[in-house]
Amino acid sequence: MRYVEEFRDPKAAKALIAAIGAMADRLGATKAEPVRIMEICGGHTHAIFRYGLDKLVHEGIEFIHGPGCPVCVLPMARVDECVEIAEKPEVIFTTFGDAMRVPGTKKSLLQAKADGADVRTVYSPLDALELARRNPDREVVFFGLGFETTTPSTALSIQQAAREGLTNFSVFCNHITVPPPIKALLDDPYMLLDGFVGPGHVSMVIGIHPLDFVAQDYGKPLVVAGFEPLDLLQSVLMVLTQLAEGRAEIENQYARVVPEHGNAVSLAAIEDVYEKRPSFEWRGLGEIDASGLRIRAAYRPWDAEEKFGIGYAKAGGRAPTPEPEGCACGSVMTGRMKPTQCPQFGRGCTPDTPLGALMVSSEGACAAYWTYGGARLSVEAAE
Amino acid sequence: MCLGIPGQITAITDAARQMGMAEVSGVRREVSLAPVVTGPLEDLVGEWVLIHVGFAMAVIDEHEAAETLEALRSLGEAQEALDQMAEGDRALAGRG
Amino acid sequence: MNMSAKPSRLRDARVTLAHGGGGRAMRDLIEEVFTDVFQPPGSEDQARLMDAALQEPGARLAFTTDSFVVTPVEFPGGDIGKLAVCGTVNDLAVGGAKPLWLSAAFIIEEGTEIALLRRIVASMAREAAAAGVRIVTGDTKVVGRGACDTVFITTSGVGVIPAGRDMAAEDIREGDVVLVNGVLGDHGATILAARGDLALSTPLESDCQSLNHLIEAVLAAAPGTRAARDATRGGLASTLNEMAEAAGVTVTLEEEALPLRAEVKGMCEILGLDPLYLANEGTLALFVPADQAQAALEAMQAMDAGRTAAIVGRAGPRGPVPVVLRTAFGGQRIVDMLVGEQLPRIC
Repeated sequence: MRYVEEFRDPKAAKALIAAIGAMADRLGATKAEPVRIMEICGGHTHAIFRYGLDKLVHEGIEFIHGPGCPVCVLPMARVDECVEIAEKPEVIFTTFGDAMRVPGTKKSLLQAKADGADVRTVYSPLDALELARRNPDREVVFFGLGFETTTPSTALSIQQAAREGLTNFSVFCNHITVPPPIKALLDDPYMLLDGFVGPGHVSMVIGIHPLDFVAQDYGKPLVVAGFEPLDLLQSVLMVLTQLAEGRAEIENQYARVVPEHGNAVSLAAIEDVYEKRPSFEWRGLGEIDASGLRIRAAYRPWDAEEKFGIGYAKAGGRAPTPEPEGCACGSVMTGRMKPTQCPQFGRGCTPDTPLGALMVSSEGACAAYWTYGGARLSVEAAE
Repeated sequence: MCLGIPGQITAITDAARQMGMAEVSGVRREVSLAPVVTGPLEDLVGEWVLIHVGFAMAVIDEHEAAETLEALRSLGEAQEALDQMAEGDRALAGRG
Repeated sequence: MNMSAKPSRLRDARVTLAHGGGGRAMRDLIEEVFTDVFQPPGSEDQARLMDAALQEPGARLAFTTDSFVVTPVEFPGGDIGKLAVCGTVNDLAVGGAKPLWLSAAFIIEEGTEIALLRRIVASMAREAAAAGVRIVTGDTKVVGRGACDTVFITTSGVGVIPAGRDMAAEDIREGDVVLVNGVLGDHGATILAARGDLALSTPLESDCQSLNHLIEAVLAAAPGTRAARDATRGGLASTLNEMAEAAGVTVTLEEEALPLRAEVKGMCEILGLDPLYLANEGTLALFVPADQAQAALEAMQAMDAGRTAAIVGRAGPRGPVPVVLRTAFGGQRIVDMLVGEQLPRIC
């Protein structure tokens, strides 16, 4: 596979791992006093575990798994709202597979489907549009979920629906943006981060400059990274090099895909269709100002929230849901607690019976720890 | 977040809707080219793009990819030389 | 196959509830679509059977049953009928049995095209002939529209395990080598694409095939073979988890050794799936003592059903988990049982 296999070359990986080790030694990083690097993106978390990178690099490098998993940061109340829409008899509710198993307070979309709701997994919002064309007597709702990478796809789909006058299509918008939670994390006095591996595919859309504040205002290095193992390792090395040289800059390791100023068509579509919500609730992080998007009034006919009077459009406002008892997703997400330190990890909360969102999505730090054994292999082997 | 995969555009399937056929390792899927259209649609045929949820989100920059790989390759060679030196040192130490 | 020259008595193009009503319509359907093709011995409602292999001292009877549901019922590389024969033949064969006889029970949705049924039945007869088994008894039921999805088939199978042969996961020992007879995930990927809702097209075909001849060849070349199991639902990952757990060993897979078609890899990259969890219908996992592994490998590679066979791992002392995978980087990760169904993801 071109542009994939080359970036999985074990020989180059070995060299990178050695270089990272040398740089970590130079920085005096140890297991007890590690250099803490947050990978913002869930995709990076997934890759780290899939290739076992956390176990291969110098023990003085600690990966802190960031909030970049859109499914994980979705509050339960939003899942409940999905279920409420999906259970309307006229609705075909379409979603990415990721969201199917996320528990709401009463049920997940998968359970709603078993209870009779017409819930369908799609690969693209384009497939939901096609369903709307083929089912003119049904309301096709797409669960718009994700960060800036995914936002253009629903914006362009809404524009297309508007052009075609396809009014039985709407989007339940849960799009969120990366910079505000990063800022929130950096403002947290308990946060002990030395640098960031930045979100490659988000930057592909928005460019690298919206992240300038990380270096300029907080003095932390950030390297925008690709998703193959060599990309990740090279980015870690670049972060360490910045630290060793006393620099704090935004660097772009993923230049083959990420243009400095992002993608113009996508940015224009986002600007045309969406506007910032005053605030949006994040699981584990609470309400964050200007961190979520909603559909502009001009596209109201395609806004499922308005169409069904649900969520932020509900008369009388919406109440945030309390998280399930004993669930420490919030602390894990802010890096204050490792997944294995959560009293529920592997006990009340496993991928079979997820309590918190971090166990549901394969990108969630807890599920990744469990599935790929970062935790179970080392903890149990040590016992 | 944001699974994206490189694929090659093999044909334009619906010019009005800016749709094209993309191929990833022999798997084909119709994708929207809207985000990467900067000139005539046909110019995209043969290009490698980064695909996310059915949209071509970026044209992959061949030159940049080659540069990154070159940097990785020279790092690999430097490491190999270091390994060989270390091995030589060990061999010498063993003999002494 | 029986090519009946008789004019058809079936007037309908589709199955109606009358075809399940016990009257003449039902008799016509059963005779023309099923028994004329399968030609079971005798006309009683039971098969009365004898085979020389059964009379050998120490021989044991093997008996298995499996139900088959698949959407779509016809897919590249096979159909539900072929699946129903292969699946049950393979369930017998992986236990060391020589499959002899099958039963086939059909639950048919009202409205199903009779031409489709004929294709499915022809496909079953072809696969049974290739595997060297006979379909000796069967049943049909017709249910109302929506009560089932086109057609469900249950096949039961009887075979004979020759004296002295004993294959079981409990017999797996540390040091045993793990082999597969071919590429992984073709069936699962083919079905995902064939369903159409992901709008993906591939040149892939299901690996659906009977494995009894292949297993006999392996046993001839590597008589010490400990255990085999076909890696169907849940893929190789789930099958190896079950086997390793039963044996009390830990299997270490080598990522680079896993045989995968480029298209399956591509599909998995696009949809965020793991090929180790994709279903197979003609791929098995085999545990062989190390000194016979090469012989087993060569025996498989000499056959169509084993051209892309490979050594993929090794059983070692029981560790914290049953199956781990060594990545090309020398990293390690757990290969767990599948939780629920694998869903395409964007993240």
